[in-house]
Amino acid sequence: MNLIYLDNNATTKVAPEVLEAMMPYFKEEYANPSSIYEFAKKSNHAVRDARGVIKDFLNAESEKEIIFTSCGSESANTAIRGVLNMNKNKRHIITTKVEHPCVLNLYQTLEKEGYKVDYIGVNANGELDLAQLEEAINYDTALVSVMYANNETGVIFPIEKISEIIKSKNKETKFFVDAVQVAGKIPIDVQAAGIDLLGISGHKFHAPKGVGALYINSKTLITPLIIGGHQERGKRAGTENVPYIVGLAKAAELAADSLNYEMTEVKRLRDKLETGIIKSIFNSRLNTGVANRVPNTTNIGFEYIEGELILLHLSDLGICASSGSACTSGSLEPSHVLRAMNVPFTSIHGSIRWSLSKYTTEKEIDYVLEVLPGIIEKITKLSPYQEELANLKRLKG
Amino acid sequence: MWDYSEKVMDHYRNPRNVGKIDNADAIGEAGSLACGDSLKIYLKIKDGIVTDAKFQTFGCGSAVASSSILTEMIIGKTVEEVKKITNKDIADQLGGLPPEKMHCSVMGYEALEDALKNFDDMTDLDDLRNEKKEEKIVCTCFNVTENLIWDAIKQNGLKTVEEVTNYTKAGGACGKCKGLIQDIIDTYYKKEENKKDAPALSPAQRILKINNVIESQISPELRKDGGDITLVDIDGNKVLVKLRGKCSGCKNSHLTLKAFVESTLRETVDKNIDVIEVA
Repeated sequence: MNLIYLDNNATTKVAPEVLEAMMPYFKEEYANPSSIYEFAKKSNHAVRDARGVIKDFLNAESEKEIIFTSCGSESANTAIRGVLNMNKNKRHIITTKVEHPCVLNLYQTLEKEGYKVDYIGVNANGELDLAQLEEAINYDTALVSVMYANNETGVIFPIEKISEIIKSKNKETKFFVDAVQVAGKIPIDVQAAGIDLLGISGHKFHAPKGVGALYINSKTLITPLIIGGHQERGKRAGTENVPYIVGLAKAAELAADSLNYEMTEVKRLRDKLETGIIKSIFNSRLNTGVANRVPNTTNIGFEYIEGELILLHLSDLGICASSGSACTSGSLEPSHVLRAMNVPFTSIHGSIRWSLSKYTTEKEIDYVLEVLPGIIEKITKLSPYQEELANLKRLKG
Repeated sequence: MWDYSEKVMDHYRNPRNVGKIDNADAIGEAGSLACGDSLKIYLKIKDGIVTDAKFQTFGCGSAVASSSILTEMIIGKTVEEVKKITNKDIADQLGGLPPEKMHCSVMGYEALEDALKNFDDMTDLDDLRNEKKEEKIVCTCFNVTENLIWDAIKQNGLKTVEEVTNYTKAGGACGKCKGLIQDIIDTYYKKEENKKDAPALSPAQRILKINNVIESQISPELRKDGGDITLVDIDGNKVLVKLRGKCSGCKNSHLTLKAFVESTLRETVDKNIDVIEVA
């Protein structure tokens, strides 16, 4: 049985070129980059060069604006706590209802610590309510924190526009962007978009798990989250994870080279999968409508059936996808993102996220389109809502 | 990734007895579409024996497996035997379920119980229910009744609110009913002790209980209004607390303290408690 991996928003496979680039830094060039001897030169330069690559990848102004972290969550925690600590007199934060849990749970913690947090809503397509955002910004707003694109729906938020809104209302307010789901999928330009801080995570674009980066523009001051040595210009202590940093940079290089492929070919395959499913399965529903999305993601609800069971049957055929259903995660409530979009409860529990990568082939998509209708039909037959299903079929038929 | 047993996987891959029985003698339902899982069970009963059973389930792998194996467990059994089946029997037959999935077995039990209740001849079922309280919804998010929670505690020896949530889903969404669930657990175990008077709380138990009430019942309410509360000290019947966030300096804080904090603690822990605010 071949593996068909359509869960690339959860994690991606390490690109062979990335692994190859990392290997020498495990085997031969294991020196601590801070050491003084000649032997440390290569690892020191490797980190320096990697910083340059990430600077270019995000179009930052200077290498000094990039720090390496262990993951997307650390990038977000460093950015958010760091900014708030430097602006103690401001107690107001704005974010969205659909942020990733790593950010959302942090804001809930900050609320307990006395911050006021406004959560901006989305419409039925998953698009952000910019009027509500503009309304919420005031003199006390320390930080606006918006993800670049949503991990479950792939919907891209208008970052440049949001930055303009923020700066027009309060010039002191900092803007943090969680870009974990866009790195390697669409171009990122922190200067053009007017971003103060931006976090990425390596394992979402074919680097290994355990490495990320944070961009902090030169006008923004933060306190470190991890305190200790002088590494990362005092903004993140801990001996540099040289092989992983090298891997992150290699993955960024590869991603920059394949951006065009992502936005044309990966998008074509995603669209083929999406329209194929919607056409062939009467109780399917595109959860995002026509919203502007990253090219690799689609989120489709199947009405009157439950998502985990779909995933289990797909898994039996080697197909990996994920679901916003409550049952999959062990939590009892369905995805906070789909709930914020008011996805009808007939399909929220049966919503499946498909996320492709540059390694996805047409053959794989064809296979999914071949087997999925049978799986859905089998599960639909189990449903107690046969009358509703018959009505739906009549309506669509 | 769930660690499902082979049996669970077999049953969700090849569910037995799927469908409906058109002229069923009893139909039972549990769960709802909004809650994320629901089950309908149809029984054919002749001369006190279940001659056929079919099911329709909207739910995850373990929900389908629980329904499927339940139909196998009851076909050919007498109604008396079927009445004795508990959710634990369903889970055991499946070779166990992950703790977070135990509510699927409870849903099977619930639907079966509902079917038997709807079966006209089952008059003696009332006896089964007498020891329980009347139907009352505890968890409004998932529509879980006090009876169901009571049964789950009894059949599975549940001791904590978290376990009750795993088995019945109650308290799994907004969490408002967690205090009520704790009360049901407390009441159940008090009854278990043959209605012995509950022993007076030890000083340590008392502190824990006060702290628990503040964290689970009082603090969430205050947080809704942008405030919060911390327990500072306990000195005999005096409970010293600090109001934070919007509560501190709020004109109504005295009212909050007496009418809500103190009365809640008096109700749940000790009627002699005095709550005092410290700066």
